[in-house]
Amino acid sequence: MQGNTATAMAGRKITVLNPMGYPPKVTGKPMAPRLGSLDGKTIYLVDARFDDSDKFLKQMQAWFAEHMPGVKTVFKQMSSVYTEDDPATWEEIKANGDAAIIGVGH
Amino acid sequence: MHGMTIDSKYGVPTVSIHTDKFERVVKSVARVSGLPGASMAFVPQPVMGKSDRELRAYVDGNDPITGKPVMQEVIEGLIRPVGEAVLKNASFERTTPRLVEPDTEDNLHQLFLENNWTDKLPIILPTEERVGEMLKHTSHKPQEVVGHMRPTAFREFWEYTVEKVAVNAVMAGCRPEYLPVVLAIAASGATARHSTTSSAAAMVVVNGPVRHEIGMNCGIGALGPYNHANATIGRAYGLLSQNLQGGSVPGLSYVGSMGNNYAYNSITFAENEERSPWVPFHVQHGFKPTESTVSVFGGCHFLAFTLGVREKYWREQVQNLLRGMDPNLRSPVLVLDPITARQFIDRGGFDTKEKLIQWVYENATMPAKVYWDYQLVQNYIYPRATFGEEPWASKLKAAPDELIPMFRPEEIHVVVVGGETNGYWRIISGGYDKTVSVDAWR
Repeated sequence: MQGNTATAMAGRKITVLNPMGYPPKVTGKPMAPRLGSLDGKTIYLVDARFDDSDKFLKQMQAWFAEHMPGVKTVFKQMSSVYTEDDPATWEEIKANGDAAIIGVGH
Repeated sequence: MHGMTIDSKYGVPTVSIHTDKFERVVKSVARVSGLPGASMAFVPQPVMGKSDRELRAYVDGNDPITGKPVMQEVIEGLIRPVGEAVLKNASFERTTPRLVEPDTEDNLHQLFLENNWTDKLPIILPTEERVGEMLKHTSHKPQEVVGHMRPTAFREFWEYTVEKVAVNAVMAGCRPEYLPVVLAIAASGATARHSTTSSAAAMVVVNGPVRHEIGMNCGIGALGPYNHANATIGRAYGLLSQNLQGGSVPGLSYVGSMGNNYAYNSITFAENEERSPWVPFHVQHGFKPTESTVSVFGGCHFLAFTLGVREKYWREQVQNLLRGMDPNLRSPVLVLDPITARQFIDRGGFDTKEKLIQWVYENATMPAKVYWDYQLVQNYIYPRATFGEEPWASKLKAAPDELIPMFRPEEIHVVVVGGETNGYWRIISGGYDKTVSVDAWR
C-alpha cells in the first residue's frame, strides 16, 4: 500500500518557483566606423597590464614594423590596473590615434 | 570590456585580444553589453611566462577559435564594418518567470540540475508552500528589491527580491527562521560565486544574538559539517549568488581554473563572542553588541595553520605563516581558537584585536625585490604604484633588499571561533567586504 502511495506521489505534478534573479534589458550600442584601410594610420597598442600582456603587444608592434611599415604604432600602458576605467588614456587615443588594439584580457 | 568602451563610447575602432579559454565568456559579455559585433581576436592560453619567441609565434600563428591568422583577424576587425544583421539584434529584453512549468518531483530535480540552478548536491524543491512558510519570518514584502549582484565587474547587475532570496534559502535546506540572516547576506550584494581565475570563495561571520536564536555553532567544529544553521545558511549564500546574479557556469560565467571546495558553504560560522577576550567583529565595525549582523568576506583561497603561540620563537613562527601567503590585496584573516587568542595576549600583550593587527602589519614583511616580483602584485598592485597610489608608490621607492610590509593594516582581520579542544589556529586569505544588519531584515 505504502509503495503504491509513493508511486502515485512520484507521478504527481507540482509547481515550484524559479530561483533565478531578474536580468536587465540589453540595449544595443553603436560601434565606431571601421577604417577601410590602415595605411598611414596610427594604432594604439594598449597594454592592459595583466599577465605579461606588455610583452605580447611588443611582439605585435614588431609585426607591424615588419609587415605594415606604413602604420604608426604607439605602445601605451593603462594608467592603473585593468579592473579600473581609464578615461584619460581613452581620450588620448581618441585625440591622437585612428584605431586601438587592447590586450591581453580574459 | 575596455575595448568595447574605446570603440563604442570614444568612437575609435578597437580590437580586443583574448586568450582562447575565454571565448564563451567574452562573447557573452559583449552580447549582454549590447555589442555582439565587438571586434576580438584570440591567442593561445597562457601569455603569462612565455618567452618573446613564443609570443611572436602567437602573433604569427592562427587564431585558435577561427583558424584564421591572428593578424588577419586583428586587421579585419579594424577595417571591415560589422554586418547589419548583427547590429539589428543588439537590443533585447529578458525575463524570468515566477514559476517553473509544473512537473513531477523527479523531473524538476533533473531540470534544476540541468539548468545549473544547484551546486550539484540534492536540493529541496521550492514549492509555493515552502517559500510561503519561509516568507513568514521577515516583515518585508515578497516583491521588495533586496539588491543587485554580478559575478564580475565586467558583467551586468541582476536584481532580486525577498521572494527570490527565500526560494534559494528553501533550496539550500534552510529553516524558515534563518531567512533574516540569508536576506542580510543577499543584501550585501557581494557574490559568493565570483568569476575569477583565482577560484576565490566567500566567508561569512555571524555576530550578535541571532547566533543563539537560530542555534548557530561557534564552538567545537564550527567550521565543519556539524550544525544545520551554519551548513545551510552558507549553502544558501552560494545558491543565491549563482542564481540571482544570472549564473555561475564554468567557461561561461565562472572561470576559476581549479575551483574551490570552500564554495560549498562559503566558510559560514558564528564568532565565539562569549569565549573571546576581545570585542566582537561587528562591534569593531560600528555595531552594538546587542545587534545581529553578518560580515561578508571574498577572495578566500587558502589557509595556513599551526598549533599554539610558543614562548620563545612565536614571532618567527607567525612570520613564517604570513610569508607563506600571497601578498595580494585581500588578506589575511586570523581565525583563532579562544585558547590561541588568550595566548596572543600572554605572549605579546595584545589586549585588543587592533594591537595584534598592528603587530602583524609590522612583522609581515619581505624584501622589496621579492614582493614586486609576485605575479598578483604585478597584476594588481604595481600598476597602482606606478600611477602614484599610496602606500604602494612609496613602497616602490624601497631598495631591492629592504623589508617592506606585505599587507595594509586595514586588510588584516581577527575572528575568534572554536571550542577550545586545543589551541590550533589558521590564517585564511579573505578580503573583508562589509557588515550588514540582520535585524533590518527581520
